[in-house]
Amino acid sequence: MMRRDDDAIISLVSRTVSPFIMIFALYVIFHGHYSPGGGFQGGTMLAAALILVRLAAGSDLAQLQFPRSWGTPLGSAGVLIYWGTGFVSMLCGGNFLNYAFLPVSGPPPHHRNLGILFIEVGVGLAVMGILTAIYDDLLEGRPHD
Amino acid sequence: MHWELEVVLFVFLVGAALVALESRNLLTAVVSLSVFSFLSALLYAAMGAVDVGFTEAVVGGGVSGILFVVTIFRTSRKSKD
Amino acid sequence: MKAVNYAVLALFGAVLILAGLSLPDRGDPTAPLNRDKSAAGTPNAPSYYIRNPERDAATPNMVTVILADYRGFDTMGEETVILTAGLNCFLILRRERTKEKRR
Repeated sequence: MMRRDDDAIISLVSRTVSPFIMIFALYVIFHGHYSPGGGFQGGTMLAAALILVRLAAGSDLAQLQFPRSWGTPLGSAGVLIYWGTGFVSMLCGGNFLNYAFLPVSGPPPHHRNLGILFIEVGVGLAVMGILTAIYDDLLEGRPHD
Repeated sequence: MHWELEVVLFVFLVGAALVALESRNLLTAVVSLSVFSFLSALLYAAMGAVDVGFTEAVVGGGVSGILFVVTIFRTSRKSKD
Repeated sequence: MKAVNYAVLALFGAVLILAGLSLPDRGDPTAPLNRDKSAAGTPNAPSYYIRNPERDAATPNMVTVILADYRGFDTMGEETVILTAGLNCFLILRRERTKEKRR
């Protein structure tokens, strides 16, 4: 991190492994209904995949993958998805975060199923954006590598 | 049922914690804390709390280690006490 | 100083072990938390959470249902805490770069 020598093996391996970590993270998020996992774990793994490329290739090159200015807006968007799900169910006649009133078709258990999915996606986005933003902010203003 | 496995894990857990406490090089301490996190994740999984173990492995072993390393590079690498 | 530290550590560990010894066994069905009904005769929350997620939310993983549905407010607070931490890092650490740009 401090002195980066352009090691071909490290950059190749990190660039190759990062998409697979992302695929597994998406699996963890979207399969959280049926197996251990969920938004928090999947979002953290997404952030880990992004930070891996930042560590290996340097922050400046990693801007091509995930720009520095996206972290905080994406995190805020994730939290907004969460609160928005609650407010939509409130506007449609139920209590705050009562997914049975979400405007989708099907019986109420499937409404709750879909509401849980929305919330997991929001949590994953928020955690990914915020963790990447914290990493970027910690290395801010330092002539990195 | 798994108590032999858990005893071994606990012994390694205490060892990792003592290494993290003793080492003067803070990078060693961070790596040893990551080992501590993974071992406790294994313990949680052995106790049946798979979700907690997953979170512990991902957050404690992955991201918090990275944040510690970044903080060490911004401050100082040697322990003062 | 080091001896004092380790003595305090050993003492704390002994207290924790003593406290852990008096906990009920893992999965003990007669422990107060694992009973179907509480001492007052009302139904316990854990037994409800174990029985009903499939019926309520059509989701087999009860941990997900508890985290996101039954206890949705908790997870919402957790999200807000993470967002606050990120915004604090943004506000405290970002100042450096804007100063450098102005220079």
